[in-house]
Amino acid sequence: MVKLNVNGKTVEYSGDEDKPLLWAIREDLGLTGTKYGCGIAQCGACTIHIDGNAVRACTYPVGALDGSEKITTIEGLSEDGTHPVQKAWAELDVPQCGFCQPGMMMAVSALLKEKPNATDSDIDEAITNICRCGTFARVRKGIHLAKKL
Amino acid sequence: MVKLFRTPSISLSRRRFIVGSSAAGLSIGVLSACSSEPAEPPAPDYSKLPPNPEVNAWVHIHHDDTVTVRIARSEMGQGTSTGLAQLVAEELDCDWEKVKMEFPTPGENLRRDRVWKDFSTGGSRGLRDSQQYVREGGAAARHMLVAAAASEWEVPADEITTEKGRLFHKASGKEAGYGSMAEAASTMEPPTEFTLKDKKDWTILGQPKKRLDTANKLTGKLKYGQDIVLDGMVMASVKACPILGGKLKSFDASDAENTPGVKKVMQLGDNAVVVVADSWWTANKVLEDMTIEWDGGDHANYSTADIEALLEEGLNGESKIGNASGDIDAALADAETVVEATYNFPALNHACMEPMNATALWTEDSCEVWCPTQNGEAVLGAIAPASGHDISKCEVYKTILGGGFGRKGMSDYAVQAVMIAKEMPGTPVKLMWSREEDMIHGFFHPVTKATMRGGLDADGNMTGLDLKISGQSIVAALMPGFLAQMGGIDLFTFQGLLAPGTHAMAEDQTLKYSFPALKAHHAMKNPPIRPGFWRGVNLNQNAVYLECFLDEMAHAAGRDPLEFRLAYLNDSPEMAKVLQAVADKGGWGKDDGRHRGLACIYGFGSYVAACADVSVSDEGELTINKITAATDCGHAANPQQIEAQVEGSFVYGLSALLFQEMTFENGQPVQTNFHNFPSMQIRHMPEVETIVMPSGGFWGGVGEPTIAVAAPAVLNAIFAATGKRARQLPLKDQNLRG
Repeated sequence: MVKLNVNGKTVEYSGDEDKPLLWAIREDLGLTGTKYGCGIAQCGACTIHIDGNAVRACTYPVGALDGSEKITTIEGLSEDGTHPVQKAWAELDVPQCGFCQPGMMMAVSALLKEKPNATDSDIDEAITNICRCGTFARVRKGIHLAKKL
Repeated sequence: MVKLFRTPSISLSRRRFIVGSSAAGLSIGVLSACSSEPAEPPAPDYSKLPPNPEVNAWVHIHHDDTVTVRIARSEMGQGTSTGLAQLVAEELDCDWEKVKMEFPTPGENLRRDRVWKDFSTGGSRGLRDSQQYVREGGAAARHMLVAAAASEWEVPADEITTEKGRLFHKASGKEAGYGSMAEAASTMEPPTEFTLKDKKDWTILGQPKKRLDTANKLTGKLKYGQDIVLDGMVMASVKACPILGGKLKSFDASDAENTPGVKKVMQLGDNAVVVVADSWWTANKVLEDMTIEWDGGDHANYSTADIEALLEEGLNGESKIGNASGDIDAALADAETVVEATYNFPALNHACMEPMNATALWTEDSCEVWCPTQNGEAVLGAIAPASGHDISKCEVYKTILGGGFGRKGMSDYAVQAVMIAKEMPGTPVKLMWSREEDMIHGFFHPVTKATMRGGLDADGNMTGLDLKISGQSIVAALMPGFLAQMGGIDLFTFQGLLAPGTHAMAEDQTLKYSFPALKAHHAMKNPPIRPGFWRGVNLNQNAVYLECFLDEMAHAAGRDPLEFRLAYLNDSPEMAKVLQAVADKGGWGKDDGRHRGLACIYGFGSYVAACADVSVSDEGELTINKITAATDCGHAANPQQIEAQVEGSFVYGLSALLFQEMTFENGQPVQTNFHNFPSMQIRHMPEVETIVMPSGGFWGGVGEPTIAVAAPAVLNAIFAATGKRARQLPLKDQNLRG
């Protein structure tokens, strides 16, 4: 039994502790905003926050949690879509297909929490999510806009 | 009046579709999942009124003046749905702030005699092929609203004006919102003739409107195919023989069947194993751990070295001509200098962010599928025989696609889901491919090589160009009947190189240069790997072959590559203009220590050009500083979405140029995930300046053509920086100076 504190709610998880957090979130908790893209922590579509840090949930076993961690998914980034990153993304029409964007926004919001004045080189280093539609130009603009919101 | 989106045979299971927070007022969940955010709540309470009927197939206006525009084409990020809504809304004269979208089902289209026409979404055709009838749909609805008001107000219809979703009769001072006239309008006769608005009068179309489908993409609420949840649903993972044509020999299901959560272990067809479980992770893990033996068949030892040998054989063997003019033999024989070069273009996987998936529910009397698809009607046509039911008993609910790029125009994954669901009647089955399965079972970008020989006279003028392509034909693999119709020659392998009038379906893919002599020919060599339509299709390699080689010829002639190209573009002022535009804005010819390369091409009905600005370090490391790109797509429905497509096209095209290829060993793909099939990240992204320069008079595609100029512009800029040609794609692991 593992206690999961997700988006401010605590639930008890009694399944396989080897199961990556991604699948506990998607299938056991029903929060499907966090996506499966590669399963090997390469693409970043499954990025969530654990205690505010960006983590790729597809390779993070549930059993590695001790129950004290605060987990945030895209559904919990804000109550109503008004996190500065979400507002900037809306303002600039960042998403194309949008599939990678929950992970992208979670990675970006973790970066901005750590570095509210993130520079282009901070962005280049920290944001390694893949987007096949190719939204990077607007993602970069969106990060700089979000800093001001 | 046919009631939309509800039929007795399928209403039950639709109700079981869970979408979390469903927007009020829409008939089924899958539609609300794809719809834009609801408009602001209206003051009056319309909830007690029966809903308005649709005005026509394209337009449904609600009591609160909200307009739902029906979108037949698939939305995979390219923004087509918003563009199509703009086309309808412009002619309808409605309030853009009150426009929402919904996607009719393929089954509904069939039941209504294909009133929405083609659902297929590929070839950058979403807007350009349907703009006429979609705009007419909006114009017809407006006409019917005016007729309804004229009837109710007892005034002549031609005295009624419309603006932002309201009807006005100036003389009497009467006015009304569209919502209040929608029911009466639905009974009016549609017009038989249309005068569509002139471009100068557009207020919605041609404007940089924001997309209608963004809000739910920012909160995780949007349900992609991967996110479908149905009551009692089980999850499936599949592993098919990784060798084309190979079969399943044996598998050991004993451990799998004893694993908690596993519901079923089964053979699928003659070449695959499926595990069904209560969790996809369980199903996939069990499948990964299972001992499976394959019978590789004829291609079990095939490798990339064999493909290479096959393509070389083609370069040295017989070929078929796609475009020829002048006397190429004399042109080369009489030339002062003959330039020759060979380039390649590798096989590529589409690598959509959302791997293939489909959810199927099979019962004794119906079959329903929820899936991301670029062609819902093709899926419907494919699942009917797989289900054993008549097509009228089947239905497909399209979800927004997490990337498509041509891959999701195929129906293979949906058919698999139905085959599994048929073994579990009444139980919804969500089949998700692992990334590995997705990489291995791609429909890969065709693999080709080409040798070009170009003649120059003593003054550096071109005498002629011989361009010989060797390699794979998509048509031969996927549409053999069509190949036979074309006399055994795949004209589409000459995309971007064809003469006008060659084929009715390829008029949007013609060569715009006029060379003194030309021979474009193809030696068809089909290795046992499965080809498919990869965003941009054959324009991608042909632009590399043509545009890199013209650059080589210009340098051999001692001429400026811009001036050299323009000398052969006298018959295409449109192409000359986009090329000149990127040269001007991209700093071509500037002596500022930066290195630039050019490329231009006509494809998918649009003229595009790029000027790349790169640096190559002393160690041979490449930095792409900036790309200036121009597009003349005739009419530009939404300039800011065109910019997004152009920027994205460089990511797709340059990811391939820099990092990607599918190679084969022992008959199977070596690349299985993003660790060995990398894709660009934000740190690789150059600055992109997009020039949208619609010249009017035609509708060209946007989603694909720019991809084709990405690689040649950068390759030519690399030569400008290093003096060394890079002719082998991809560039990874090469020292660009060595």
